Amino acid sequence: MSVTQPVLSVKNLSVAIPGGGDRTHAIRDISLTVGRKEIVCVVGESGSGKSVTAQAVMALLPKGQLKLETGSIELQGEELVGKTPAEMRHVRGKRIGMIFQEPMTALNPVETVGDQIGEMLEIHTNLDAAGRRARVIEMMNSVHLPDVAHMVDSYPHQLSGGQRQRVMIAMALSLDPALLIADEPTTALDVTTQAQILKLIKELQTRRDTGVLFITHDFGVVSEIADRVIVMQHGRIVEHGTRDQVLLAPREAYTKMLIAAVPSLTPPKRAPITAPVTLETKRLVKIYGGSGFFGAKGRVVKAVDNVSFELRRGETLGIVGESGSGKSTVARCIARLIDPTSGTVAVEGTEIAHLKERALRPFRRRVQIVFQDPYRSLNPRRTVGASIVEGPMNFGVSEAQALAKARELMGLVGLSPDALDRYPHQFSGGQRQRIAIARALAMEPVLLIGDEPVSALDVSVQAQVLQLFEEVRRKFDLAVLFITHDLRVAAQICDRIAVMQRGVVVETGATADVFAKPEHPYTQSLFAAAPGQGFGSRIGSGAA
Amino acid sequence: MSAQTNPSTAAATVVADQRIENAKPSTWRRVRRNPSVLFGGTVLLIMALIAIFAPFLGTRSPTDIAPVARNKVPGFERTVTGPDGKEQTLVYRFGSDSLGRDVYSRTIYGARVSIIVGITVAFLSVTIGLFIGLISGYFRWLDPIIMRIMDGLMAIPAILLAIALVSLFRAGLGAVIVAITLPEIPRVVRLVRSVVLSVREEPYVEAAVTVGTPTPTLIWRHILPNTIAPLIVQGTFICASAILVEAILSFLGIGIPPETPTWGNIMAEGRNVFRLYSHSILYPGIFLALTVLAVNILGDGLRDTLDPKMAKRV
Repeated sequence: MSVTQPVLSVKNLSVAIPGGGDRTHAIRDISLTVGRKEIVCVVGESGSGKSVTAQAVMALLPKGQLKLETGSIELQGEELVGKTPAEMRHVRGKRIGMIFQEPMTALNPVETVGDQIGEMLEIHTNLDAAGRRARVIEMMNSVHLPDVAHMVDSYPHQLSGGQRQRVMIAMALSLDPALLIADEPTTALDVTTQAQILKLIKELQTRRDTGVLFITHDFGVVSEIADRVIVMQHGRIVEHGTRDQVLLAPREAYTKMLIAAVPSLTPPKRAPITAPVTLETKRLVKIYGGSGFFGAKGRVVKAVDNVSFELRRGETLGIVGESGSGKSTVARCIARLIDPTSGTVAVEGTEIAHLKERALRPFRRRVQIVFQDPYRSLNPRRTVGASIVEGPMNFGVSEAQALAKARELMGLVGLSPDALDRYPHQFSGGQRQRIAIARALAMEPVLLIGDEPVSALDVSVQAQVLQLFEEVRRKFDLAVLFITHDLRVAAQICDRIAVMQRGVVVETGATADVFAKPEHPYTQSLFAAAPGQGFGSRIGSGAA
Repeated sequence: MSAQTNPSTAAATVVADQRIENAKPSTWRRVRRNPSVLFGGTVLLIMALIAIFAPFLGTRSPTDIAPVARNKVPGFERTVTGPDGKEQTLVYRFGSDSLGRDVYSRTIYGARVSIIVGITVAFLSVTIGLFIGLISGYFRWLDPIIMRIMDGLMAIPAILLAIALVSLFRAGLGAVIVAITLPEIPRVVRLVRSVVLSVREEPYVEAAVTVGTPTPTLIWRHILPNTIAPLIVQGTFICASAILVEAILSFLGIGIPPETPTWGNIMAEGRNVFRLYSHSILYPGIFLALTVLAVNILGDGLRDTLDPKMAKRV
C-alpha cells in the first residue's frame, strides 16, 4: 500500500429512498476520501445525509428503507460495494471501527464491558482467553479508563456516559482498524466529557495512524478535531476543503450561513435591568427518593439544593449546567410540574411553591413553559389550533375569541394562520417550537420558561427561534428563565446567568462578567471545555 | 410514534416523516386491508349472523326432546305427524344427542351464548379496567392500593370463582359473565396503567397541565386516546378467552344450565357416548375452535396495524 493511497475512497455514491415522497435520494453523487492519519469531518444539518453516508460505507443501510444505487466505496483500494453480508462482517470491526452517538444503548446491558470488548477479539483473532483479557485491559488503559482492573468486570450501567463512550472507542479500535467511523460520538455527552473524548480520539488516531470519518452537526467540534471538512446539504456535498479554508473562508453561501448561525461565545454588552422582580425563589430544595411503599427506604437524591435567585420583568436569566445539574428540576418546580420539597417560589410577590392544585390554577396562566422536544410537546392527535386555544378556554375565554387571538399569535411567531387547522406532524421541528411559543403566549404569561428550547434544533433554525424568544420578551416585557447546557446560546440570549452543578448554584452574575472572568473552578472548567474557542471570534461572527 | 422520537439518521427522518404523514388518514384503510383482520372479521361476522338469525336457519326448538330419536348419526331423517295432521320430515343434520335433541339446532343456537359472553365480557372488562387503570396511573398515591387489590383479583382462578358464584347465586348467564370478567379486569388495568404512566410524562401532557387544564379534561383529552388502540387489541383477546372459558365452565357443568344450548353444554352432554357417537362433540367443537381462532387472528391483525410497537414486542 502506497503512502498516498487513501484509506477510504468514495466515488459518486448515491443512495435511493424507494417509495420516498419529496426526496428520491438520501444522498446523491457523494465523492470523498479519507487519508491515513487524517480526520475528515462531515458536517450538516438533520436531513443532510451525513449519517447515511456513514451507514453506506459500513453497508449498514436500513433494509427496505434505503438502497445503494450507484457509486463505489474503496477501502485501502478494495471495492466494498457488492460484497456479501458475510464478507462485510469481516471488514467491519476488523478494518472499519465504529462509534455511535448513544453510548447508553450501544452496549449490551447484561454483559460486562470486558467481555464485550473481548467479543471483538474472539470473533476476529486467534487469541486465547488469557491473551484476550490482557489485550482488553491494554485497550481500556489506552482509552484512559480509571481503575481498569476493576472496571473490566463492570456492567455498562455502572459506568458514566463518558466512560461508556470510552469503552465503545476501545472496542472500535481493539483490532487496529484502518478506518474509524464516528457518527456524532459526542452529541449525547456533556461539554467537559465531550472535550475529553475529542482529545482521546485525536490522540489515538495520531498514535495508530487511523483515518477517521467524523460525522457531526457541531462546528465547534469540527474546529477542534478536523483536518478536512465536508459540508453537506440535502444529500449533496456543498463544499469541501481544509478546516481553515472552510471555517475561515467559506466559499458557498450555505456554509457561510451555517457558520454565521453558530452563536458566538462572546456575549454582547447588555444594560442591567432594574424593573420590578417577577420571580423570586428562596432556598428552593427538591429531594427525590425517601420512603417507599411498606416503609422501604430508597436512595435520597438532592436534585436541587438551596437555590435562590431573582428574575426581573423584561430580563432573561440563563441557568447553565451539565446533565444532572438540576437545572431542569428548578424549572419544573417553578412551573409546578413537580412539587418542591421546601423553599419558596414567589411570582409577582405571591407565594406558589406549596399551593394546592385548586388554589394554584389562577397562577398557571402567569407561568408558561416551552419544552425541549418539539416532536413531543404538541398532542399529535389534536390540531395546532386546538392546542393553542386549550389554555385560554380553560380560563373562560370563548372559543371564537381564543381562535382570533391564536390567529394573531401565528403571525407573531412567523407562521400563517391556516396552520391552526393542521396537525403537528405536518410541521418541522423549528415550526413546532414556534407553535409551542405561541401556545405559551396565548396565556398572556408574565414568566416564560424555556427548558432547553433550542437544543433539539439545527443551528440555522436555532438562531431563528432564539431571535423569536428575544422578540417576544421585548414585545410583552416578559421575564424569561432560559435553561440551557449550551454556553454559546446562553451568551447570546441571557442578561444574567446562574451556573449549576449537582443541584447547587455555584456562580451567578451578569453574562458578560461571568464569561469574561469565571470565578468558580467548575465554571472555569465548563468554559475551557467549550469547543471551537480557537475559532471563537470567527465562528458565529454573524450572530454577535 | 417510535419513528418520531428517535430520528437517528437523516434518511430515517425523511422516511419516518413520510410514514407519519400517511399514517393519520389511512389507519382505518390499513386495518381493513390487513388479511388477518379480513379473515378473522369475516368469520366472526358470520358467527354473529348465525347467532342472530338462528331461528331462520332451518332449526327447530333446541330443547325439544324426542325419545325415539336418541343418539342418531348425522343425516338421520324422521317423519312426524304434526298437530294439524300433516306429515313432516325432520332432518338431523348433525345427528341427535342422548335425549333426541337436534345437535344442529343446538349448535346454531349455542353461538348466541358464546357471542354474547365473548362480547359482554370483553366490553365490561375493558370499560371497568380502563376506568380503574386511568385512575391508578394518574393518581400516584392511589396506585399502590389499587394495584394490590388487582394483584389479589388476579390470583383468583376464573373457574373457582364461577363455582363460588354459582353456589351463591343461581347458575346462569349473569354469574358466568361476572366470573369470567372479574379476573380479566386486572390485566386491562395493568395495560392501561402502563400506557398512562408513559404518556403522562409526555411534554404535551405537561404543557396541558401548565395551561391549567382540569384533571378530568386532561385525562379524557390527552391521555385516554392513547389507550384506545391497545385496548381494542386486548379486547379481542379477552373475547376469545371468554368464549373458551364459558365453554369450559359449561362442559364442567358449573356454568349455564344444561338445557340451554351452549357449545360447552352440548359437548358435555355428548361426552358419555363419545366413543359411539362423536358428532355431538365434533360439531360444536369445530364451531368453538373456528370462532376462537377467528377472534385471535382478528386480534393479531389489529395489533399489527394499530399497535406496531406491541407487535414487535410479542
